[in-house]
Amino acid sequence: MKNKFSLFIVVIFLSFCFIIFYKGLNAPNNYTPKVSEKKNIPTFKAKDFYSDNYINSDKIFEESTFYIVNIWASWCVPCRAEHPLLMQLSKNQSIKLIGLNYRDNFNNAKKFIDDFGNPYSRILIDKDGTLGVEFGAYGVPETFLIDRKKFIIKKFVGPINQEIVNEIKSIIK
Amino acid sequence: MKILKIFILLFLVTNFSELRSDEINDVLKSKILKNIRCLICQGQSVYDSESEFASSIKLIVDRKINEGLKEKQIYLFLREKYGDWVIFDPQLNKNTYVLWLLPLLLFLFGGAIIYKKIVSNKNNKI
Repeated sequence: MKNKFSLFIVVIFLSFCFIIFYKGLNAPNNYTPKVSEKKNIPTFKAKDFYSDNYINSDKIFEESTFYIVNIWASWCVPCRAEHPLLMQLSKNQSIKLIGLNYRDNFNNAKKFIDDFGNPYSRILIDKDGTLGVEFGAYGVPETFLIDRKKFIIKKFVGPINQEIVNEIKSIIK
Repeated sequence: MKILKIFILLFLVTNFSELRSDEINDVLKSKILKNIRCLICQGQSVYDSESEFASSIKLIVDRKINEGLKEKQIYLFLREKYGDWVIFDPQLNKNTYVLWLLPLLLFLFGGAIIYKKIVSNKNNKI
């Protein structure tokens, strides 16, 4: 009886270990922070790309409009891939795009915009990457969807694709 | 002459105290940075990492310390942005109950087995 009980305990323990390791095999080993709940837009002061003036965040985001905050840089290859999709989104009247130029050289960034077009209603400069941290970003490109009540409701890590564009369009309808 | 001495003394005392507060901030900064996970090179702390993300976090932590935020407030700020995983030392909450309580349960279970064994050995001797 005693041996049977010990065997039972060992089997339970080994099964437990097996399940843990098996689940671990299938789980992705890279952590991606998720926006599981609505988050307020951070309050910040940033330099405007064209005018060089500092602007407060409350003057950038107006109520009753959807916004997309897109973190980009001229040196970022995936940013080029998503740029036509941003141009496509910028034609939509119910959304405004804000670009966050991340750790970039001004001349290169300007050339990028001149060459590929400007989808943004405003571009802000994030020279040291701290503005990106305020948004909860950790790389480039990253895209945030902000609703009419100034809440971040979606976060897309990496370049956006047509599927994401469709998702955004269905939300802002 | 006496006034000059007092001035020199005051100058030295105020300068030393400034140096001390800088040192305290540096120690606090290193402690915080060693406890933050770099999300780009995920095995490393921000303190050890040279990634762009890590350098931005270093600037942010420096800024927050200078703004007078406490260690826990800085962790809270980062957890709000990136989730619990960004901190190496996890807080006790509903997601980490198993992590915190399982070792304790295993310890109690092991202790119970040892206790039972000792008691049965004693009974056998009697």
